[in-house]
Amino acid sequence: MNAPENPQAILLAGLDGDNTWGIEHYIKRGGYSALRKILESGMTADQIIAEVKKSDLRGRGGAGFPTGLKWSFMPRQFPMDKYVVCNSDEGEPGTFKDRDLLRYNPHLVIEGMAIAGFVMGCTRGYNYIHGEVFSLYQRFEEALAEARAAGFIGKNILGKGFDFDLFAHHGWGAYICGEETALLESIEGKKGQPRFKPPFPASHGLYGKPTTINNTETFAAIPWIINNGGEAFQALGKPNNGGTKIFSVSGHVNRPGVYEIPLGTPFAALLEMCGGMRGGRKLKAVIPGGSSAPVLPADIMMDCTMDYDSISKAGSMLGSGAVIVMDETTCMVKSLERLSYFYHEESCGQCTPCREGTGWLYRMVHRIEHGQGRPDDLDTLDNVASNIAGRTICALGDAAAFPVKSFIKHFRSEFEYHVEHKHCLVPVDVQREGSRIYVEHAAC
Amino acid sequence: MLEIEIDGQKLEVPDGSTVMDAANRLGLHIPHFCYHKKLSIAANCRMCLVQVERAPKPLPACATPVTNGMKVQTHSDQAITAQKGVMEFLLINHPLDCPICDQGGECQLQDLAVGYGASASRYQEEKRVVMNKNLGPLISTDMTRCIHCTRCVRFGQEIAGVMELGMANRGEHSEIMTFVGHTVDSELSGNMIDLCPVGALTSKPFRYSARTWELSRRKTVSPHDSLGTNLVVQVKHDEVKRVLPLENEEVNECWISDRDRFSYEALNSDDRLTTPMIKQDGKWIEVDWQTALEYAANSLKRVADEHGAAKIGMLAAPYSTTEELYLGAQLMRGLGGGSIDHRLRQTDFGLDGKLAGIPWLGMKVADVSKLDAALVVGSFLRKDHPLMAQRLRQAARRGTRVSALGVSNEDWLMTTFARVTVAPSALAGELAALVKAAAEIRGVAVPVGAESAEVSDAARRIAQSLCDDGARAVFLGSVVQQHPDAAGLHALAQELSRLTGATLGYLGEAANSVGAAAVGAQSGLNAQQMLLGGLRAYVLLHTEPELDAANAPMAVEALKGADTVIVMSPFKTGLDYADCLLPVSPFTETSGTFVSVEGRIQSFHAVVRPKGETRPAWKVLRVLGSMLELGGFKFDSSEAVRDEALAGANGWLPEYKLDNTASDVAFARPSAVSGLQRIADFPIYRNDAVVRRAPALAAARDSAAPTARMNAATAAASGLTEAKRVRVRGSAWSSELDLALDDTVPAGCVRVSAGWPQTAPLGTLSGILNVEAL
Repeated sequence: MNAPENPQAILLAGLDGDNTWGIEHYIKRGGYSALRKILESGMTADQIIAEVKKSDLRGRGGAGFPTGLKWSFMPRQFPMDKYVVCNSDEGEPGTFKDRDLLRYNPHLVIEGMAIAGFVMGCTRGYNYIHGEVFSLYQRFEEALAEARAAGFIGKNILGKGFDFDLFAHHGWGAYICGEETALLESIEGKKGQPRFKPPFPASHGLYGKPTTINNTETFAAIPWIINNGGEAFQALGKPNNGGTKIFSVSGHVNRPGVYEIPLGTPFAALLEMCGGMRGGRKLKAVIPGGSSAPVLPADIMMDCTMDYDSISKAGSMLGSGAVIVMDETTCMVKSLERLSYFYHEESCGQCTPCREGTGWLYRMVHRIEHGQGRPDDLDTLDNVASNIAGRTICALGDAAAFPVKSFIKHFRSEFEYHVEHKHCLVPVDVQREGSRIYVEHAAC
Repeated sequence: MLEIEIDGQKLEVPDGSTVMDAANRLGLHIPHFCYHKKLSIAANCRMCLVQVERAPKPLPACATPVTNGMKVQTHSDQAITAQKGVMEFLLINHPLDCPICDQGGECQLQDLAVGYGASASRYQEEKRVVMNKNLGPLISTDMTRCIHCTRCVRFGQEIAGVMELGMANRGEHSEIMTFVGHTVDSELSGNMIDLCPVGALTSKPFRYSARTWELSRRKTVSPHDSLGTNLVVQVKHDEVKRVLPLENEEVNECWISDRDRFSYEALNSDDRLTTPMIKQDGKWIEVDWQTALEYAANSLKRVADEHGAAKIGMLAAPYSTTEELYLGAQLMRGLGGGSIDHRLRQTDFGLDGKLAGIPWLGMKVADVSKLDAALVVGSFLRKDHPLMAQRLRQAARRGTRVSALGVSNEDWLMTTFARVTVAPSALAGELAALVKAAAEIRGVAVPVGAESAEVSDAARRIAQSLCDDGARAVFLGSVVQQHPDAAGLHALAQELSRLTGATLGYLGEAANSVGAAAVGAQSGLNAQQMLLGGLRAYVLLHTEPELDAANAPMAVEALKGADTVIVMSPFKTGLDYADCLLPVSPFTETSGTFVSVEGRIQSFHAVVRPKGETRPAWKVLRVLGSMLELGGFKFDSSEAVRDEALAGANGWLPEYKLDNTASDVAFARPSAVSGLQRIADFPIYRNDAVVRRAPALAAARDSAAPTARMNAATAAASGLTEAKRVRVRGSAWSSELDLALDDTVPAGCVRVSAGWPQTAPLGTLSGILNVEAL
């Protein structure tokens, strides 16, 4: 990685230089000390779960579910196979944090998963990596080979009688495989379609066995918590929002990229870190948590701090931490059209509201964008989105509906302008100017 | 037990119940498409969304487990809004082409759209169009109508045991389709038509021929296998238009096989015999009934007078009704000879007089589902007994250990515990090995005759599964019944059953085999003796010995050599050996009774009027008896015949009449055989005179022309590796067939199906075939 050192970082700390992904570099940075600590100090699973609970670590995949609580749901005494699965199928538009974690710090994830395996009594884990950036999968396989050779995974780890083997599995690009139960189906070799819950994976997961699924970044946070204690991790952030979080910032900022900051950092500070708005233009809107999160207008966003509770209070979700920044040159109808196209394209087709509804939403927004909107379209859009949200097997239906509802809620006048005038409020040349690819940002 | 309140009504349901289960118990209807009581829960249609107290959003009733104290509202605003929303989504891409859709009038989508759909659509965009698929001759597709409920997919995976349909692609582009270039070939495929809640999958033979509201629904019983499958026959203008299952959880559940469903086409075919005919000077002429009956009666009388009544015999199909068989037996006995038999495919009659009762399943069909272990010996299970196979498949899914000992390693589409596949001559040795293993497990002396058997691992595992606790059974199939040493195999199986404690049962040959035995339709000379003995007069009831007999060429020779052959059949058959054809009703045109393999007595009415001059066979026999001035033919109705024939029985044959125990029968011995042994099955759609004439079934994959099938090693050993077409020479004559390599055939064997004109000349169903390349 070639970036200035970030003093606040813990997951991405020390990654400046070459071959930071190699096991030697990782061990030099203190890697695998947490795994060694729990195996050598005789820490029990209960103690580890207690630490994780204390840390206020919340799932980094998007739902923000408390990790310690999730781990405690696992029937750890279940005598047969149990699995720990890492969700690295990072497909949410705007999200690219796990990509950098796996690219530059794969052993951190391996160590976190091994600890999780120890806690849950699993002897086997899988890391499901999306297939779009295939080099990540290849690099992770290399890291697994290194860890296996060094005895950090495999049989009798560190001579302490703990067996845990870890395997990489790659997808082929279906967004839906990032949904945890579709991911399990995919690992099982089936078509990636979500399962109806209950039963939840903790009781009926991979191959019908108890399974814990966490996001890449969640596992990556575990070693630091073990080494430094749950309270220290919690103290990095704010109550109920422990630790640091990696944000993937994209859009109209000067330095888009991956930023690890403590939870609770003001959005304004994050924007500052990103070099501010591109071309000094005015901020129009932000999608704070990946494409499925409701959009927030600039004024509301500027008052938010970057943590689960603040963003939620503002009416959106921190989600996966994908911050999509839009300036005044952005056409909101066109943006929504792009988002709706994505969900239309990625719906798995299993359940009715999403299979039929996402296409309907996209076609209506497409029509409005192309000057063929009708006055009652906006109400229909909102109503169709409501009929999808909360009625589907998985959250993809919600993800498709939230952007539609929030775009219309906050930017209704723009949609009305489109319907009435058959073209955009933002002149086309301004849009073009705004979406030019800038090359002058600092790191290049 | 959990307490739940639905729409204000309280009830208790067992743990693990869903909201849908609870609503069903209360008799409340929650709208649904993908849910089906016999299939796994998919929860994908979302039509059954209901409001659950304290749940933030509506939940699908089909998949939501009941929790104690749960309160559910199925008609609250939240629930109705959700259901209406889903209905709108289902309809936006549906073509709404009800006027030209075959499902119209019996369509769940149509019905529910009345309740939950809007009168006009808000959807202004282009609708989806989906290409139709070719699923074969039975199922027609209109895939644009599909609502993706995946019932057909789950049926394949779970009930038929083979996933022939799947949902390919993603999102809006999702389509139900087969594997590329494949069709749906399961012998249970027609059930997908019933399951499809819309008009996406419809019946190819039926479509465009009637509307559902034009059809009368009448109950009957399937004549095609031993199970006693309950049917609903749908009729318009005195023609059978369609056959559907009649749900009977103890027999066929809610399924029927394709054979039961599509065989009706034969009943409307041009091959029907609709006028009595007699042959004069080598020419067939149509005559009235009076003439024909007088001719038949005089012919029989003349033979009796000239050659003695012992020279008269009757061969009846085992799917003739109980009434027909009873009167047939009366007729033969009245004439004096008394020879009647229905077991044309059997060659060993060594059990006659040795069995304590009528061979039967040994248990109720419903109890098959409760078995912990089962061994099926010598059966082409899927094709001979499609629904029994389905029942065993479901049992196997629940953990029943189903083992097989047989002459074909065909996939039964279920998890089998152990399988042993050997040549027919080695069946005895393998059964003896099971007996020996069971004796060893039980710690008793190995019975004499089984000591020298070699016990394989598989045999030991099977024996162990039959010795373990629980309900266990040994079922004997058609291969055993048609085996040249059927009695000896029975003796071994009986010993195995005695040692293990497993129930011994027969899967049964046909719809009324048990009934035939019960009313004395196997007396005097047996079928083989009749055909070997050069009788002077034969009466054939429904049967076609040129295809049905164990030794077809011999049968034809015997029939040709007779003075008179009276054929009673719904079809024009036996034209080259008969001299009198009497058109009698098939099962749909006569009242009658079948006694199924479990001893269940099921009577049925005629569902349509007899076609043309056709008359019910029991009436024809009654008139014949009267014309011949024989006593005991004074019946007013078929019910009166039945009541006399099955006196004392009420719904079931009395248990004392059903008994598979044989005494004084020696164990079969493995025989040393040189040459290629024939394995002969009766293919599912070549099994009786009706199905052979059903055009759609004749186009199915299971009706592919017969081939000589052998495994690659046997073909190589016979120098046939390169051969495409072969001459197969049997005991009587030879046939030219294509050679097919088939690794399900055991070594040293060649499988040549029976029931085909091409293979009938080969002679016996068992024995040695000589195969040479052409």
